[in-house]
Amino acid sequence: MSQLALVIDLNVCVGCHACVTSCKEWNTSGVAGALSDDRPYGEQPTGTFFNRVQTFEVGEYPNTETVHFPKSCLHCEDPPCVPVCPTGASYKREEDGIVLVDYDKCIGCKYCSWACPYGAREIDEHQKVMKKCTLCVDRIYDQNLPEAERKPACVLACPTSARLFGDVHDPESVVSKAIREEGGYQLMPEWGTQPANHYLPRRKTRIQIHMDELVRADNPLKKEGPTVKPGLDEPSLDDVTSW
Amino acid sequence: MTAPGKDQEDRSGRIETKNTTCYMCACRCGIRVTLRDGEVRYIEGNPDHPLNKGVICAKGASGIMKQYSPARLTQPLKRKAGAERGDNAFESISWDEAFAIMEKRLAKIRGTDPKKFALFTGRDQMQALTGLFAKQFGTPNYAAHGGFCSVNMAAGMIYTIGGSFWEFGGPDLDRAKLFVMLGTAEDHHSNPMKIAIAKFKRNGGKFISINPVRTGYSAIADEWIPIRPGTDGALLLALNNEIIKQGLYDRDFVVQYSNGAELVNLDEKNSEFGMFVRAEVPIEEGCFDPENKLWWDRNQNKAVVTHTAGCDPRLMGEFELEDGTPVKPSFQMLVDRLKEYTPEWAEGITGIPAETIRRLAHEMGVTARDQKIELPIAWTDIWGKDHETITGNPVAFHAMRGLAAHSNGFHSIRALSILMTLLGTIDRPGGFRHKAPFPRPIPPCAKTPDHPSAIQPNTPLDGMALGWPAEPDDLFVDDDNKPVRIDKAFSWEYPLSVHGLMHNVITNAWRGDPYKIDTLLIFMANMAWNSSMNTSEVRKMLNDKDENGEFKIPYIIVCDAFQSEMVAYADLVLPDTTYLERHDVMSMLDRPISEFDGPVDAVRIPVLPPTGECKPFQEVLIEMGSRLKLPAFVDKEGVRKFRDYPDFVTNYETEPGSGIGFLAGWRGKGGEKFMRGEPNPNQWKMYEENNCVYHYELPKSFQYMRNWNKGYLEWAQRHRLTRYAEPINIHIYSEVLQHFRLAAQGKTTGKQPPDHLRKRIETYFDPLPFYYEPLEVQTTDKNKYPLSAVTQRPMAMYHSWDSQNAWLRQIHTYNHLYMSPTLGKQGGFNDGDWVWVESQWGKVKCMCRFSEAVEPGTVWTWNAIGKASGAWSLEPKADESRKGFLLNHLISEELPADASGFRFSNSDPVTGQAGWYDVRVRVYKAEKKGDDVSLPQFDAIAPVPGQQNKRVKWQAYFAGRKKGA
Amino acid sequence: MHPAFSVIFLTTLIGVGQGLFLAIYTGEVYGTLDLLPAQSHNFYVTGSMLALIFLVAGLVASFFHLGHPERAWRSASQWRTSWLSREVIVLPAVIGAILVYGLVHLLGLKLTLFGFNTGLDNDLSLILGSGGTLVTFLLFLCTGMIYACIKFLKEWASPLTVINYTLLGLASGFLLAAALAAILAPALVQFYVVWTIIITISGLVTRIASLVRNARLKPQSNLKTAIGIRHGKIQQRSQGQMGGSFNTREFFHGAPDWFFRNIKWVFLVLVFVVPVILISLAMGNSGFLILVVAFVTQYIGLIAERWFFFAQANHPQNLYYQTVG
Ligand SMILES: Nc1nc2c(c(=O)[nH]1)N[C@H]1C(S)=C(S)[C@@H](COP(=O)(O)OP(=O)(O)OC[C@H]3O[C@@H](n4cnc5c(=O)[nH]c(N)nc54)[C@H](O)[C@@H]3O)O[C@H]1N2
Ligand SMILES: Nc1nc2c(c(=O)[nH]1)N[C@H]1C(S)=C(S)[C@@H](COP(=O)(O)OP(=O)(O)OC[C@H]3O[C@@H](n4cnc5c(=O)[nH]c(N)nc54)[C@H](O)[C@@H]3O)O[C@H]1N2
Ligand code: SF4
Ligand code: SF4
Ligand code: SF4
Ligand code: SF4
Ligand code: SF4
Ligand SMILES: [Mo]
Repeated sequence: MSQLALVIDLNVCVGCHACVTSCKEWNTSGVAGALSDDRPYGEQPTGTFFNRVQTFEVGEYPNTETVHFPKSCLHCEDPPCVPVCPTGASYKREEDGIVLVDYDKCIGCKYCSWACPYGAREIDEHQKVMKKCTLCVDRIYDQNLPEAERKPACVLACPTSARLFGDVHDPESVVSKAIREEGGYQLMPEWGTQPANHYLPRRKTRIQIHMDELVRADNPLKKEGPTVKPGLDEPSLDDVTSW
Repeated sequence: MTAPGKDQEDRSGRIETKNTTCYMCACRCGIRVTLRDGEVRYIEGNPDHPLNKGVICAKGASGIMKQYSPARLTQPLKRKAGAERGDNAFESISWDEAFAIMEKRLAKIRGTDPKKFALFTGRDQMQALTGLFAKQFGTPNYAAHGGFCSVNMAAGMIYTIGGSFWEFGGPDLDRAKLFVMLGTAEDHHSNPMKIAIAKFKRNGGKFISINPVRTGYSAIADEWIPIRPGTDGALLLALNNEIIKQGLYDRDFVVQYSNGAELVNLDEKNSEFGMFVRAEVPIEEGCFDPENKLWWDRNQNKAVVTHTAGCDPRLMGEFELEDGTPVKPSFQMLVDRLKEYTPEWAEGITGIPAETIRRLAHEMGVTARDQKIELPIAWTDIWGKDHETITGNPVAFHAMRGLAAHSNGFHSIRALSILMTLLGTIDRPGGFRHKAPFPRPIPPCAKTPDHPSAIQPNTPLDGMALGWPAEPDDLFVDDDNKPVRIDKAFSWEYPLSVHGLMHNVITNAWRGDPYKIDTLLIFMANMAWNSSMNTSEVRKMLNDKDENGEFKIPYIIVCDAFQSEMVAYADLVLPDTTYLERHDVMSMLDRPISEFDGPVDAVRIPVLPPTGECKPFQEVLIEMGSRLKLPAFVDKEGVRKFRDYPDFVTNYETEPGSGIGFLAGWRGKGGEKFMRGEPNPNQWKMYEENNCVYHYELPKSFQYMRNWNKGYLEWAQRHRLTRYAEPINIHIYSEVLQHFRLAAQGKTTGKQPPDHLRKRIETYFDPLPFYYEPLEVQTTDKNKYPLSAVTQRPMAMYHSWDSQNAWLRQIHTYNHLYMSPTLGKQGGFNDGDWVWVESQWGKVKCMCRFSEAVEPGTVWTWNAIGKASGAWSLEPKADESRKGFLLNHLISEELPADASGFRFSNSDPVTGQAGWYDVRVRVYKAEKKGDDVSLPQFDAIAPVPGQQNKRVKWQAYFAGRKKGA
Repeated sequence: MHPAFSVIFLTTLIGVGQGLFLAIYTGEVYGTLDLLPAQSHNFYVTGSMLALIFLVAGLVASFFHLGHPERAWRSASQWRTSWLSREVIVLPAVIGAILVYGLVHLLGLKLTLFGFNTGLDNDLSLILGSGGTLVTFLLFLCTGMIYACIKFLKEWASPLTVINYTLLGLASGFLLAAALAAILAPALVQFYVVWTIIITISGLVTRIASLVRNARLKPQSNLKTAIGIRHGKIQQRSQGQMGGSFNTREFFHGAPDWFFRNIKWVFLVLVFVVPVILISLAMGNSGFLILVVAFVTQYIGLIAERWFFFAQANHPQNLYYQTVG
């Protein structure tokens, strides 16, 4: 069985929020839409988004790391949000592991959101149903799109290609390779939810310069020393001793 | 709503897909807009576009909310009789009336004194047309945002290497191994920069960010070097010092491609003191840098003409010419200059440990030296020598406003350009790469007039409104040595202000200094808010009246697409279209979107009809140009030449028959030519069929070393990118600056500065970079105001114009002042508390946020998130105005008066670049009051006629079909 | 967690209803065993009615919690996995059982109708009542488990949640039964009062046990595991949106600090201390008024208790929503 997922590379995410609004624009007029916004031009505007980019600071000045951290539904392999749903509106697809909500069945009881440790579900306050990242299920199989564009909107948008998309059960997929090679990890492993989405950690490149590398035969300074030779008639040992 | 899981996007409705170019920022990515039943379904990056290759940013993907924003202006407006400017009280009028008003007014000005009309434009990208209009009108008072933006970057680099970061060039991160980014938060090249950095990191390159703040790009840097604001010059000079001291510079590069080996006349009595010694070689005159200088050949131990075959010039030493003139290679002068700039010295100024500075220098130098790139690309240099390969040293830099927006930025950026040169990284793989139409001669050819006589009634301006002075005689001053332009650009106060000084226009016009103007036309700039310094006062000036009750600035026309703060101050408002509704060009005559590998220009083709009465500003200019019978817009009989803007773009040629027009692609009758060729009636169509972009890829052998690449230079000459195919040698030592200094010292025969400016010119026109404290800091009591305050661009907001965007404003609804927690400890306040931040100019109340990612002597905030109450169609109580704040209230557009009472602009003394990031502040706890709001507050303004002003409680956008709310 | 009043009312109201039913049924069983004087049908009918009113009121309240009440019927479908679904099935069963039980009393129906003769007056209601008792306890279990089964909410994920919920429901029901008895069956007052005190004090013990347990809880998740970075000092700088979101509304109580700190003492006093004192006073005489006051006080206390129950639960998702910036 395949398990589609996103792998998010924290090593290159610059926190630009492209994945946030591209997700919103794709989904608001798609099968999940419309995604409502409250007080869009007033105090405390708020709305339904499936993906948020957060920022964390790690460490203390000057050894601070600023980490941009995008988060959407992780499509858990053992999704605790699914069994608690009383209506069956929340379900995990057999064929590709995507966790979805059937908006026509959902009663908006919010119970599933309590059962998600990641805060990945959001109720649409006006349609009164639970929504969340669909992994762009309405894009990724769309035969009307060119093959290369059958990817989630956020993945296509991301300028740093920090968002990889693929089947984590296929060991040869880009996502599996990235997880293997770059140390991909899951969020809150302590709950055993087995999120399908993984994160790739920061990786540091360092340059090591040894002091002896500074000196080389072709050091240009050698060319800059004076070449003016002393005149032949200037005094030298030749004039004062004989051996 | 359907249930997901059906897998297929709902394709009901009439679906159309159209390509155009984004303009939610100046990056100008290619976008594909999908419409459903005529409404925008979604906007995505165009995968076939060379710039963004399919990606998009947060703003670009929120274009829907911009297009359908309630802040859109939809009708021409006239200020209500009796209403004050700023009240936002308007009545709507017809375009006929608007045109009639403008025609009457402007015709009169043009017929009497054209300089009384001033046209200033903000974050636009149509300077080709606005500049043409101003020139044709005959006014010198024209500039775009460059002067308050990053002119230091442009000038500092162009006067040194003939090209610059910004839109003119950038780091080659495909091949670099070490990338050093200074003072950049977001940049003009947003998406390409992000694409490139990510790729660079994945390829294992090391990324160092030098910035007082660690956010955005700096967040993913392998190393963060926090630096005190305004001190990069010191760091860069120390790096140069260490690179030379260790012999880590690329000697061959410096010798062959810079003026480092050229001999400087050190005879103090000579009027040529400090200038290069000239050889007697026949030289064609032109605006290039002629090759009539001397080297000191170490083999023959005597002076020879530069680039003499077989000679090996000295970079260091002191020599005497045959006539006894003492000379030094300019490189030696640099070495002498750098002596005092040791890492230890820089540590005290920058706060960066000397050890770190040394290590950085070694990493740069050794990487450049030991990881040379050699590409099997044969090329010929301009002196005729064939090279088997292109070589490069893989150390790349990028810098932007963190360097530029300081009043010592010009020299810091010169120091950076020299560092890049020492490392041998100019237009080479892995280093800095130019983008067409750069490189250009140092300085570029364009010049302003040098005398007010260039301004005559009913006559186009004799010269360009903006240009590149090469010597004092190029300054645009009158017989009394006084400025001719309203912003005082190209005057002795700011001689190399190549982009103008837009930030002083309102203050100067208000004061009538150097003279009063009549009509101020502001296009796409929010001068009543974030593009003005000293915003509170500027807002008063905009509405200020003289003794007779007449406005000090008699008439203000604003062309905007949204209900900005500036709109409120207009007498006449012209509602512009959005980028989805108009034709536009990203022209080679302006700032195209070229790539390293060749010129690229692009167009915008409407995907939607204009909203309401909106009219593209381009059409307004064509109409006005025709009505005013400006020569470029009418034929000899005075009959309008161009139907509309698209027609203009197709048919306009810079000179009759020049074959040069706004667009470089598909020229010639059938579209068979490029860069140059007769107008092609189907040019727009061809752009449309080609993703709205024209990309000419240069032959590989023309893609590098373009300052000296014979093939390229001749190609550029043939295609009229430049007039001359002459080498563009790097100016480590700037004769241009020395020339000004000599004038200040009274040693020249041409124009000389007025006495009160002599000292200033002499000091700041140093031919070699030097470090000085930013001017404002010099005038500040640093004990009282110990902190630097800077702003940064958030990636998800463009200046002030995205608060009307329902999606983007949820990401940045208001702003905090970020600071080290140590400040809270000292001042007795906590994270999130209200604080006062105070400069010598005033104070602002805001909320603080502690952060470990900021240099402790710096406080910062996101730029222009705070808004005036009621602007942008936000409810008066919106968080932007109640909790958000604008730092600009604390920044002055002028320095404190000097001893004589004179006030200089708060700008770089060389270029007039606005010193945004020089302000010093202190921060202290604000006493708790019941209802805390940010201060200052401004009276709420109401929506204007034609604006959709229904206050929706909620909305749910669904393209084409049903609607929420 | 954000305390939703629809849910607070649902759980407290049905708790009273369930407790009341169990109280009168217990009374009936005792009566049958001659441990207490038998009562008229009237008492059982009124008691059942009252219990039904509470249960139905709770049910109504629950609908306010739903975005789409018209689809509520769907929520019975997932009984295999969802405690909420189970509750949705059992709650009507309880209502049905009590309704039948009340009807049996109202109509005076007996097993003889079906040809059995047990010699007992109330044989049918006894049998039906035992079934009702079963489903009522099942309902306590379901409702309790809705909370207790969410392992992420460690404050809830404990048998104590079910026990407390059951005991508090019983206590309020028995107390209401006592008040009812004061009018309709004075002989039973003493019985109910004693049981109320016993149950309330047991409830106090188990509730304190859960308070103590919760005070000692160590969150299983922290910022390190939440974002996967092992470092001692991690702080959120921005949660990605400034005007709040579902995640900041649903999972935070949003009340001022002082309120949250004091509400615990309020419910301890109102649910346990005041009622026990009041009904101890009522013990000797049949003080209807005192019993009603005690019931109302306790019910208000239960609302506070539920509020606190929600507010105290700290959801691991909150780790992601700490700083507006
Ligand atoms: N999303 C978005 N993109 C934009 C814009 C926008 O508003 N929004 N604006 C566009 C425009 S007009 C411009 S000019 C560009 C500007 O692009 P940038 O130059 O990247 O913009 P700033 O935000 O001014 O970034 C200044 C950076 O310099 C740092 N800094 C300040 N002082 C110093 C200093 O003394 N030394 C060093 N080393 N660093 C310093 C600040 O911390 C900040 O990170 O961005 C363009 N792109
Ligand atoms: N404190 C501080 N202030 C700064 C800076 C800083 O770093 N710190 N940066 C400075 C810099 S670099 C810059 S470039 C300036 C930018 O300053 P401005 O150029 O003033 O930019 P905006 O504030 O975005 O204003 C642009 C105006 O154009 C309008 N507009 C948007 N789209 C259209 C359109 O399609 N047509 C028309 N006609 N109008 C449109 C917007 O509504 C807005 O009113 O800000 C400067 N101000
Ligand atoms: S992340 Fe949350 S909503 Fe998504 S599958 Fe896992 S538990 Fe369910
Ligand atoms: S809110 Fe909808 S999806 Fe979630 S548990 Fe309730 S019915 Fe299921
Ligand atoms: S996969 Fe689709 S729905 Fe999920 S976050 Fe990305 S864009 Fe949004
Ligand atoms: S689009 Fe990519 S880089 Fe930008 S915030 Fe999202 S994941 Fe990070
Ligand atoms: S970077 Fe600028 S031009 Fe490109 S998509 Fe974003 S807003 Fe549009
Ligand atoms: Mo700018």
